[in-house]
Order: sequence, then C-alpha cells, then structure tokens
Amino acid sequence: MSHKMNTEQETLLHNIGIVDFVTVEMTEYLDTHPFDREAMEYFNHYMRMKNQMMRDYAVKYGPLSLSVADTCSKEWKWALQPMPWEGGC
Amino acid sequence: MWNYEKRLQFPVKITQPNAKLAQVIISQFGGPDGELAASMRYLSQRYSMPYNEVAGLLTDIGTEELAHMEMISAIVYQLTKDLSMDEIVASGFDKYYVDHTLALWPQSAGGVPFNACVFQSKGDAITDLTEDMAADGATS
Repeated sequence: MSHKMNTEQETLLHNIGIVDFVTVEMTEYLDTHPFDREAMEYFNHYMRMKNQMMRDYAVKYGPLSLSVADTCSKEWKWALQPMPWEGGC
Repeated sequence: MWNYEKRLQFPVKITQPNAKLAQVIISQFGGPDGELAASMRYLSQRYSMPYNEVAGLLTDIGTEELAHMEMISAIVYQLTKDLSMDEIVASGFDKYYVDHTLALWPQSAGGVPFNACVFQSKGDAITDLTEDMAADGATS
C-alpha cells in the first residue's frame, strides 16, 4: 500500500516535522524549567505554528491527528492516511 | 492516555533492502538499550518519582521514545521488505524469518527476545535516574 505524495504534501509534512521537533524538545526543557519565560514564549510560538500547520494539512490531505479531524465530514479520512512506516511520510 | 499522530518523527525512506543491516539495527528496537526498553523504563519509573517536574519529564521522554521506536521499526521493516528467499538465506536472516517471517518482533541483534529484565524500576529517584543514564546516555 504505497501512496505517492506530491511535492507540496511532502514539504508540508517535512515542515510539520521540523516545528514539532522544536515543541517536543521545548516541552522536555520546560518540564524542569517551568518558570523560564523566554522558553515559554519560544514554546508558545512554535506550538501555535504547529497547530496551524496541522489544521492546514488536514484540510488538504486529511488529518494527521484526530484532534484536527474535520468534524462535519461524512467520510472517515483518518483511515485513508498512508501508514507512516511505508516510506511515504 | 495517549494520542497518535500518523507520521514519523523523522521520515524513513529506504530504497535498498539490506537484511544484514536490519539484523543489527533491530537491537535498537528490542535490544537491552533499545527504544522499547527506553520507553518502558521511563513510563514505569514515573509513578514513584517524588518530584512532579521529573515525573512529568519521564512521561514526555517515555512518549518520545515510543516515537523513536516507530522510526527504528520503520527502518527494519523497509530494510527487509520484499526480500527474496535467496537474499534471506544469504544474509543469515533465515534464522529470524523461520519464526517471524518479515514481521516485526522485538529482539536484540543476538536474537535474545525483549525482556523487562533489561531495565530497572526501583522507586528511588537517584537509582532510577542513574539507570536511565546508563541505558540511554551510553548508547544514543
């Protein structure tokens, strides 16, 4: 089951990966530095960016997370997403 | 609880299968210092961690290790995809194949099945964190 992705989809996915990595690392830093305001601002900035990118991706290609699934849809697009280990994403 | 994102933390796109390499890399999946052991180690130790900041950190690291496990599994899966019988025998992958075919199964490179004995969870903050450093700091 190999889904061929177009370049725009691949670029979007790649950018989500970059921004997400920042939020993951910032989360782990903030866990032990919860009062670092500069780090907090940094986290907020990239988390907002990731949320927006996840919503944009979902509108075009379907949800990468159920939290951004279209709740008016009559089609279960979640199941149609390519499996991440198949090399598509 | 957990939420799943249907993407890898970093993309894995292998074009050339290599069963010999897969037999080594599989240790990072199911070996003593692999990602499965790492996630189970952190996610088991967090309950008795006396500091909330650290218990929260163990949760988030344990979660990230699951994402690492998924990448390693994808590497092993793609390295062994569509192998011919000749390639399986020539690479020595036949000893794994006889029991698991091309399915993913957590074991070390030496063939030892994944076992909870590869990590510790002792309820003492310093002891557990020292164990984390020995397992995760020495190899990755």
